[in-house]
Amino acid sequence: MYSNKVLDHYEHPRNVGALDRSDPQVGTGMVGAPECGDVMKLQIKVNEETGVIEDAKFKTFGCGSAIASSSLATEWVKGKTIDEALTIRNVDIVNELSLPPVKIHCSVLAEDAIKAAINDYRKKKRGHE
Amino acid sequence: MKKPIYMDYHATTPVDPRVLEAMLPYFGARFGNAASRNHSFGWDAEQAVEKARKQIADLIGATPKEIVFTSGATESDNLAIKGVAEMYAERGNHIVSVTTEHKAVLDTCKKLRKHGCDITLLAPGKDGLIDLDALSAAITEKTVLVSVMFANNEIGVIQPIREIGRIAGEHGVLFHTDATQAVGKVPIHVDEDNIDLMSISAHKMYGPKGIGALYVRRKNPRVQLTAQMDGGGHERGMRSGTLNVPGIVGLGEACAICQVEMAEEAVRLAALRDRLKDRLLAGLDEIYINGSMEHRLAGNLNISFAYAEGESLLMGISDIAVSSGSACTSATLEPSYVLKALGVGDALAHTSIRFGLGRFNTEEEVDYVAARVIEVVKKLRDLSPLYEMAKEGVDLSQVGWNKE
Repeated sequence: MYSNKVLDHYEHPRNVGALDRSDPQVGTGMVGAPECGDVMKLQIKVNEETGVIEDAKFKTFGCGSAIASSSLATEWVKGKTIDEALTIRNVDIVNELSLPPVKIHCSVLAEDAIKAAINDYRKKKRGHE
Repeated sequence: MKKPIYMDYHATTPVDPRVLEAMLPYFGARFGNAASRNHSFGWDAEQAVEKARKQIADLIGATPKEIVFTSGATESDNLAIKGVAEMYAERGNHIVSVTTEHKAVLDTCKKLRKHGCDITLLAPGKDGLIDLDALSAAITEKTVLVSVMFANNEIGVIQPIREIGRIAGEHGVLFHTDATQAVGKVPIHVDEDNIDLMSISAHKMYGPKGIGALYVRRKNPRVQLTAQMDGGGHERGMRSGTLNVPGIVGLGEACAICQVEMAEEAVRLAALRDRLKDRLLAGLDEIYINGSMEHRLAGNLNISFAYAEGESLLMGISDIAVSSGSACTSATLEPSYVLKALGVGDALAHTSIRFGLGRFNTEEEVDYVAARVIEVVKKLRDLSPLYEMAKEGVDLSQVGWNKE
């Protein structure tokens, strides 16, 4: 039922944890709802000079595919500039993890989480300037 | 200890080796058609069927003639409800049932509604039990049937069947109970329990799949049904179709074993279940038992593990077979309607697991399952943003979630 990559991310989730929300370098995205069975929190830490995402952390409440999608998302955004990270599409996640049709919403959520984290970071930055 | 461990006995049960042994000859040399009246093959098969009919009747305090063989409880539910609705259409068109029934009852009622029946579905309380006053109030002059399940397949809650039957009887209304999960697990006596129709399944009581029965009362009152399957007029015209002789023999034997062993087995299973419950409660905070513990099948435990999503929990305990109240894989993404009916919120329903203990579970298995579940729930909570927020004192119901 699950692909080996999903199983691997589930067994060994990458970048689990939390970054300091109040840090101006940190953007936090929280998407989904407990009632729907999926909540993802994805955080990025951005180098203000280069715009490169230097660190990313996540926590997810959800099925194995949701955990894997968000774990993969943190791996992918790390080392990318925020503009590059914004090009990550849910279909990329679907393909990488071989998600079945019923699990596509997990990848959509992961894409939304990346965007929400970047938006949060940008909003903070504008507030500072 | 053999793995995977099976702890999903509400879904199905393995065939007891003694049942299998009783069935085997009827796949081989004793292959006759029970309806063949003019040779020994037929007589032999008929004899086997009549023995099984008596074994089933004996377990539930009925007479053999009141047992109608079907393909299983779903067919029995369909036959009972549609058969009564059709037969008694001139008397009335109203049926009373409950929101936590199995789909075999709910969807049958839904179908009848399309054909002009009035259906009232009672809502159970938080404990899963229906309110008897609400039942009385729901019955009208048009009511022909009350259908309430004996024991629930998800939460194991046992309804006050005797009182429900009494109320139905006092109103001159027939009472059907889907006893799929209860037969062979708890004592049932159709007269004392005021039951007019009762659905029975073999594969939930260590018999084979594909065979079941409907108990149809013949006296006080005599229940009549419109057949839903037409053909050779088997089963006194109520259910045509060549009898599944090996299956029937298996159902009969399963009933005979339960009759002897049920009382002891219930005590053993309740002890195992309570051991599992106590270990989980000792090992984890914020876990919630769904449904009444007092009125409950011995082998059932349904627990919500707050902040740990059910499907990912199942994934973590992949060497253990249990069921989840989360429905993340279903097209609707809706969690269990039974838990919802109890007032369990969707968020918590997504975290619920049904443990179904049965005849072949051991203490060693219970200890292993408890330890694994505790380990995986802790891991998932470490991964859960909700657990983190809850521990920080955030009221999750006050967060403005983006509900898709």
